[in-house]
Amino acid sequence: MLSAILTLAGLGFLAALGLAVASRVFYVKMDPRVATIADILPGANCGACGYGGCGAFAQAIVSGEGKIEACSAIDEEGAHAIADIMGIMYTESEKEWAVVLCRHTDGGVANTFDYVGISDCRAANLVGGGPKACPSACIGLGTCAAVCPFGAITMSADGLPIIDPNRCTACGVCVAECPKNVIVLAPVSSAVSVHCSSEDKGAAVKKVCSTGCIGCGACVRVCPFEAMTMENNLAAVNYSKCRVCGLCVSVCPTNAIRDHRDELKVRKIAVIGDDCNGCTLCARACPVDAIAGNPKEQHTVDPARCIGCGICADQCKRGAVSMITVDNTEDEASGPATVVGGGGR
Amino acid sequence: MMGARKKQKTYRFQGGVHPPEEKLTAALPTEAMPLPEKIYIPLSQHIGAPAVPVVKEGDRVLTGMVVAEAGGFVSTPVHASISGTVTGIVDYPHPVGRNMPAVVVESDGADKLDEKITPPPDINSLTGEEIREIIKNAGIVGLGGAAFPTHVKLSPPKDKPIDTLIINGAECEPYLTADHRLMLEHPEKVIGGARLLAKALGVTRVLTGVEKNKMDAVQALTGATGSDVAVVPFAVHYPQGAEKQLIKASVDRVVPAGGLPMDVGVVVQNVGTAAAVYDAVTDGMPLISRIVTVTGPGIRTPKNLRVRIGTPLSEVIASCGGLAPDVRKVILGGPMMGNAQFNLQVPVIKGTSGVLLLTESAAEVLQPGPCLRCGNCVRVCPMGLTPLMFARYTELGMFDEAAEFNVADCIECGCCAYECPAHIPLVQYAKYAKAEIQNRKRKAAG
Amino acid sequence: MKDVYLITSGPHVHSTDSIPRVMYSVVLALLPAVAVSILFFGAAALMMYAISIITCIAAEAACQKIMKRPVTVTDGSVLITAILLAMNLPPSAPWWLVVVGSLTAVVLGKQVYGGLGYNPFNPVLVARVVLLISFPVQMTNWVSPAPLFSGIDMVSMATPLGEIKTELLTTGAIDLARYNYFDFTVGFMGGSLGEMSVIALLLGALFLLYRGYITWHIPVTYIGTVFVLTGIFWMYDPTSFANPVFHVLAGGLVLGAFFMATDMVTTPVSPRGMVIFGLGCGILTVVIRLFGGYPEGVAFSILLMNAATPIIDRYTVPRKFGYTRPDEAGGAS
Repeated sequence: MLSAILTLAGLGFLAALGLAVASRVFYVKMDPRVATIADILPGANCGACGYGGCGAFAQAIVSGEGKIEACSAIDEEGAHAIADIMGIMYTESEKEWAVVLCRHTDGGVANTFDYVGISDCRAANLVGGGPKACPSACIGLGTCAAVCPFGAITMSADGLPIIDPNRCTACGVCVAECPKNVIVLAPVSSAVSVHCSSEDKGAAVKKVCSTGCIGCGACVRVCPFEAMTMENNLAAVNYSKCRVCGLCVSVCPTNAIRDHRDELKVRKIAVIGDDCNGCTLCARACPVDAIAGNPKEQHTVDPARCIGCGICADQCKRGAVSMITVDNTEDEASGPATVVGGGGR
Repeated sequence: MMGARKKQKTYRFQGGVHPPEEKLTAALPTEAMPLPEKIYIPLSQHIGAPAVPVVKEGDRVLTGMVVAEAGGFVSTPVHASISGTVTGIVDYPHPVGRNMPAVVVESDGADKLDEKITPPPDINSLTGEEIREIIKNAGIVGLGGAAFPTHVKLSPPKDKPIDTLIINGAECEPYLTADHRLMLEHPEKVIGGARLLAKALGVTRVLTGVEKNKMDAVQALTGATGSDVAVVPFAVHYPQGAEKQLIKASVDRVVPAGGLPMDVGVVVQNVGTAAAVYDAVTDGMPLISRIVTVTGPGIRTPKNLRVRIGTPLSEVIASCGGLAPDVRKVILGGPMMGNAQFNLQVPVIKGTSGVLLLTESAAEVLQPGPCLRCGNCVRVCPMGLTPLMFARYTELGMFDEAAEFNVADCIECGCCAYECPAHIPLVQYAKYAKAEIQNRKRKAAG
Repeated sequence: MKDVYLITSGPHVHSTDSIPRVMYSVVLALLPAVAVSILFFGAAALMMYAISIITCIAAEAACQKIMKRPVTVTDGSVLITAILLAMNLPPSAPWWLVVVGSLTAVVLGKQVYGGLGYNPFNPVLVARVVLLISFPVQMTNWVSPAPLFSGIDMVSMATPLGEIKTELLTTGAIDLARYNYFDFTVGFMGGSLGEMSVIALLLGALFLLYRGYITWHIPVTYIGTVFVLTGIFWMYDPTSFANPVFHVLAGGLVLGAFFMATDMVTTPVSPRGMVIFGLGCGILTVVIRLFGGYPEGVAFSILLMNAATPIIDRYTVPRKFGYTRPDEAGGAS
């Protein structure tokens, strides 16, 4: 009995000794900041930063090689926390999200054939370019949803990816994996997109799709800011000029241009303050006649008609017009929109 | 004559399957198809750079006239297969699955041959170099299906000496009989072409391989040859006609992985290519038509047709009595490696050996089940690979691990998927894995 | 005429093979042994098969429904599990033992891993081993054959392997003279329900070999290894070790080698890998039989080698056609 106890105790002691020695001999000096920073990072290992994973990125930040701005998945609080740890500056970058430039819903794009095979867009693309009649269409088998490290993409009933703006971090994995290259990253603030990638002429597009861009140019003509371009029969938004007024959305005959302001919570309306001297410049400039007011009197904006383009704010010489963000996600018919945030123009 | 009787030893290659032969059209003589009204000649019908058009809208062309020149060394010219007027160079459906540029010629019904087409003065005095030149100008590519420019195959680099030419008459795919009919009806062209190819390569050892289900073709060829071209019957086993397997079975040489037949001193050419070479040298005829087997339960009257390159599939089908009511799949090529088509307007191109129409019951695709790890795919793979492994890794998106199982050496013959009891699309996984691995290599290279 | 055609990747034809065809062929192959067992053990055997089949099918259907997977009980795989499980239990097994075994095999041995094709261990052997360790008494209550309509009651009787182990411990020597090898071949001996009749099992195995669903590699290597190793020990000391023919015929070796060690899902895929698997199983079986605490080692050894299957597969990737060793590579890229 005693010998058994002594033997086991002895073995235990030897094992402990071995571990103690090993932990000394094989000790790797690690900068403690790496572990702290790795904890703060989202931990999704999406690779948007260009490094192998969040652990590798943490090491890169500490070594000075990596810039915190490279991580698109981190929130502001976390980014500033890392900046504090490292004692460096962090400049907030424009928040982006993924947009699918195809809208083949409601029987939009017909199938040219019945595809049976691997349920992956990349694999289906190898078989005759995918089953959609439009060569630039989204194949809809859900590869983007499967590869998204943040679970931000779900597939709708008719095979179209739906991006959840609250989860999308613009890491870019879906952009890289889509075999048709129909997903792009766009700034959240510019919430209007042309959901089509087809460069075919209008007649060819109309033959296969009811919601594709036919290159009519109506959007280019209506845009007060020259923010719409038309190249190769495909309209595109110039995000540096777009003021997110939504006029293009209303004139597009095929509904190819969509407005995501409410989804992304970036809808703005104009509000005229007390500094207004009734010069009527704003009322005359408003493209939708949303400003009412007699000359030399306080002007008011009708929130139901205002499209948030900001032309009035540009015109006002007294700075009396401010653009505020509103949350229109409640029933539009009920009263004025709730003001969500203030802000200058 | 006597020399050809000597029995040539054949060897076995590993793996392979034995699908039902279904040679419905083996006894049907080749018919000439009525001239189409319009032909659509794609600029890219071969491996390599697409041809560059030398005609424009409104030009009159005669049969056999060049409409597009070779776009580089690995490229061939393309000729008008009927006479008429060029109505344009447009993006037109292509068997590969998307629209690609094609020269459209509207027939004038005359089929007038270009006067420039004349046989050379003295065929026997042609040098190898001259033969290669004629082959290049005739737009001849591998008619077995791969469509590799023949003159390039006949110009191996100096450090790869060639000692054997193998003419491939195996036609191991079920249903197809185009090569069979060619060997039966024009054995002199096959043998004559073989001799010309041998001269172009500078080799003396030539053998023609034919599967044992075509003994009448073996007889015909043996009758047409002397002791210089051996005719060797092979076991009926798919993929007997695959290059590497044919070389192993005939001369017992193993082409190294990632290598080409020239690495073991061999060049392989299809019987159709040989016959086309004969036509080009003896008559000066460029490649403007080929034998196509139209077969399967989905066609009213299966036939072997001589079709002009560029004829739309719909016209080929119409000249065979039209489609059966429950056609479900339209395949260009054989059932093992052919490509399913969705658009019947696609034209017959140089590499189109057959049109297979399958009905609902014949084309039945079962839901894939889970992989049983039964090992059938491992046993039948002629390249000695492990399809179940790279299929599973590909499914999980682990392409590096898939590459470790040698997916790059897959010849996409389809033996694995044919035998898989779970009906897993193994060939599609292989193609998918190969494409993704290439993609990643390209992205990593920047 | 349909305008829309079906497009798939090639090949566009398929052999007649399918999962149900494979599975039901194995069931067919087991029928001779099932018939013999019913012949020898009558109503008890029938009950065991019935309980096993019903419980297994119900368990699989329930699991698949709960896990929201398609219900595939008709593909025949669970039928094989049920039959083999019954064949691995002593004929005197009480009904609840069969039920527990069935549930263990289907749920713990197969469904928790994801169903057919995903289990790392042979489900039948998982169940057998779990039962053996949990209910050693019931699992070793061997009985003599009591054929149908014979009126004979089942009497306790040891298995040959069990007998020689006890004999060795008590007397230090084995006397094999009393064993009739013909009895062993036909199956007139003590043992699990299905392991006894070598002839019936071989008949079924021949059918599977002909169909190509099993290959010779594993059974021949396994049985061969057992034969050779036990032969070596027997030649060294014939009184302490039984002769190799005895070892091959007695116990569950033939059943294990042809029907359990050849289970596709849990064994290596390459021929070389299969040979290594058979070798490993053979060595382990002999070690357990001759030097271990249990008289029979087939179940344990197969399970242990199942665990080694992934690494065997990793290191026995077949040589590809045209493989060149790096130093030979030369001109080919």
